[in-house]
Amino acid sequence: MAHRKNKEPARNGGNDILKIAPQLLELLKGVRQVELEDFSMEIGDLDLFIPSSGIPAMQGSSVMRQAAPQKPDVLLRELYEPRAVSYPGSVREVVLGATKASGGSRGKTVTIGGATTPAYADILIPPKNPPAISLDVFDMNISLPRVLREHIADVMDDPAEWARMNVKKFGADIITIHLMSTDPLFRDASPRDAARTVEEILQAVDVPLIIGGCGDPKKDAAVFAEVAAMAAGERLLLNSVTLDMAEAKTLGTVAAAARDHGHVLLAFTGLELNNAKELNRRLYEFIPPEQIVMDLTTVALGYGLEYSFTIHERARYAALMGDTELAHPVISAATNAWAAREAWMVMAPEYGPRELRGPVWETLNALTLLLAGIDLFMMMHPASVLTLKDVIHRLGTRNNRAGTGPVGDWVGARIS
Amino acid sequence: MTGETTGTVQKKKSIREISPIDVYKLLPRTNCQECRESNCMAFATRLVNGELTIHNCPPIFADEYAAARSDLEFLLAPPVRAVTFGTGAHTCTIGGKYVLQRHEFTYHNPTAVAIDVDDLMPEEDLQERVRKIAEFTYHYIGRTLSLNAVAIRSVSGDPKVFAATVRTVAGATGLPLILCTTNPVVMEAGLAEAKDRRPLMYAATEKNWKSMADLALAYHAPLVVHAGGDPALLRSLVKTLKACGITDMVLDPGTLAENGLSETIHTFTAIRASACRDLDELFGYPLLGVPLAVWIGEEISMDVLKWRETITASMLMSRYADLLIMHSLDGWVLLPQLIWRFSLYTDPRKPVSVEAGIRTFGNPGRNSPVLITTNYALTFFTVESDIKTAGLDCYLIVVDTGGLSVESAVAGRYFSAESIVKALKETDATQLVDHKTLVIPGLAARLSGETEEASGWRILVGPKDSSGLSQYLRERWPPKPA
Repeated sequence: MAHRKNKEPARNGGNDILKIAPQLLELLKGVRQVELEDFSMEIGDLDLFIPSSGIPAMQGSSVMRQAAPQKPDVLLRELYEPRAVSYPGSVREVVLGATKASGGSRGKTVTIGGATTPAYADILIPPKNPPAISLDVFDMNISLPRVLREHIADVMDDPAEWARMNVKKFGADIITIHLMSTDPLFRDASPRDAARTVEEILQAVDVPLIIGGCGDPKKDAAVFAEVAAMAAGERLLLNSVTLDMAEAKTLGTVAAAARDHGHVLLAFTGLELNNAKELNRRLYEFIPPEQIVMDLTTVALGYGLEYSFTIHERARYAALMGDTELAHPVISAATNAWAAREAWMVMAPEYGPRELRGPVWETLNALTLLLAGIDLFMMMHPASVLTLKDVIHRLGTRNNRAGTGPVGDWVGARIS
Repeated sequence: MTGETTGTVQKKKSIREISPIDVYKLLPRTNCQECRESNCMAFATRLVNGELTIHNCPPIFADEYAAARSDLEFLLAPPVRAVTFGTGAHTCTIGGKYVLQRHEFTYHNPTAVAIDVDDLMPEEDLQERVRKIAEFTYHYIGRTLSLNAVAIRSVSGDPKVFAATVRTVAGATGLPLILCTTNPVVMEAGLAEAKDRRPLMYAATEKNWKSMADLALAYHAPLVVHAGGDPALLRSLVKTLKACGITDMVLDPGTLAENGLSETIHTFTAIRASACRDLDELFGYPLLGVPLAVWIGEEISMDVLKWRETITASMLMSRYADLLIMHSLDGWVLLPQLIWRFSLYTDPRKPVSVEAGIRTFGNPGRNSPVLITTNYALTFFTVESDIKTAGLDCYLIVVDTGGLSVESAVAGRYFSAESIVKALKETDATQLVDHKTLVIPGLAARLSGETEEASGWRILVGPKDSSGLSQYLRERWPPKPA
């Protein structure tokens, strides 16, 4: 399995930074033209309000004050032994994409999952497979914030070209093709048309693909079945199957198609672990658990990211404690961050240009969930992708402080 | 609890193991209702849940209960000590954590964010920066988010210069102060200018701990303990300072970005896990993260440094930092921190949804608009806040979408023509107004046709984001006859 390795020795820090910085600058350029349009938010009173806590400090007052002890003359030495915690369970590994040798046509495959500890809890246990990044492609013109649109304006009408650019220019590990045009309430494109689009993308790039439906349980089932058959053996990730499909009695169709043609299912539920478990149980009747990835729902920062954060922390902990129904890799649509108005709205100058706020929102949404255990991100802004890749690489490597000064130098530093 | 333990605590229980009975046994058990609860058992339950504190029980402060009170305080003390700095309305309490992961209980005392100034800044710039720090606010679902403290760095190394700067800052703001120098002489000069302000001292180190300990005791100031990249040294310093009689400490394990990011994130995590899971007393203090550290070192574009500072701050906040010292005052750097802090510190035990039904805003009349949204808490609070801010008179129907936002609920068919028709019926909307026009969220635009057919109401597609409601209604309400 060709995949980015995390065990390679960390490269020289200075060079790394130089490699990253100019690209980041390039991607953030244009930011200087700050818009000063009137802004719609009211800045009311400027009184300070310190968010207070539920529990006031419980120390001090009545804790018995002891007679001043004899002060030590020398440092009392203590040891620190990091405690390795091992867990009874682990997360399954799921392979996305298939090479020629295994019945597909991909140049490389991506393996996700395999966690044996909570994310980045133990520096001695880096992720078995570093989290991967998929970039979005849409099969029809959709409305996007301008700061996203400007990077893809030239390719928006050509999904294959768009996919190629995502891989070549922005380093996508995986491509997600959203078949928006199949939505009965939009263009109602046929399953055959959708399959043709997927075929074009399969020919344009050699990375694994995620196939996004329109959300209609009946239409998606028809589209997924068609695409699954057309791309037999490619180990696509079908995004997504839901409990709604169970209700619409189409879940079996999709699950059987994925099983028969060798694909992987993305089981989507809305921030509710019991539903996630129930959906997985239904899928186990059709397909091996190694062909299931979970989407527990990603909400934007400011609009409920904490629910996503906590549901992922809970799911991962439960999986490690032995709940096999939750022991699947998880995916996050970091692009959902753009639903936050703070990501796209023109705001008063003190909040900075939206050209920066937008990518920052997507980046922080992803980083926050990276710490909660996400194995695969769906992203859009190139600066966010670059940053995620950089942080994933760093967190997956052992300590390498070469090139940094002593810690704590900041106190007396002159900073512009 | 005295200083001589080595990290294991007898009898101390995790908050999750404490039952209301354990607490009840230590209460006066008179059912006096001074706490406004119906009896002592009800009070015990709310105490264990962190909804009330021991201070809600005045009788227990009588001398006859002193021993029980002391036991109760020990029982309920969080494994991560709560440390307070600053005074008055701006007092800042950090730490006081009971659990590693938020879903195990809930987090208390939101991460404080301090911004730095230094003692070489010209007075005018200093005043201006302090004013900006104090005034930086954001209104978010009915709350005002703001910064919490000013960190004053001694760059000059000169006690007099530092003292003058501390005097200026203390005079300019009531915000809590963090005095930053590792030189005890400079520190004392600063402390003398902020005697009544309970500043946080940064920092005791392997070299200066004796003098810093004396100063902390003399000025009753909490003390940051710094041991960059050396957790064993950090433990040693804490143990030593405890033995000196210091109780209020903050831990600085060192913050590194870039090459050191992995070590920093993992160290913060290990320290907090050790405090919460193993009840290691020497690590049972609030953690200080310093995203400002990204500004040290190579010359590089300001935007890239700010970008690094924002990602470092955000990750440290998720990974247990109780206090952050930052340098950027840019809104795009700070806004996501303040919003994430607010979110992370909400109580995860509270439901994701609000009650469905109809809400009334202002004084709506027979011709006022009727709006509709979903019962996802964040969606509802955002819409509510926008309606209130704009001072609109209207009705808002809240549909039970199982706590999903508009976009997800439309995709998942929870917010549909059917559920809208049902909500219109259940809320008796026709009895409230003389029209039959409903404004649906812009993100549910695709439902307009089928809903119009199914409900017999005229459907107007509102803005995609409720921040646009005010302008939308100004332009489109009352609607022109169809």
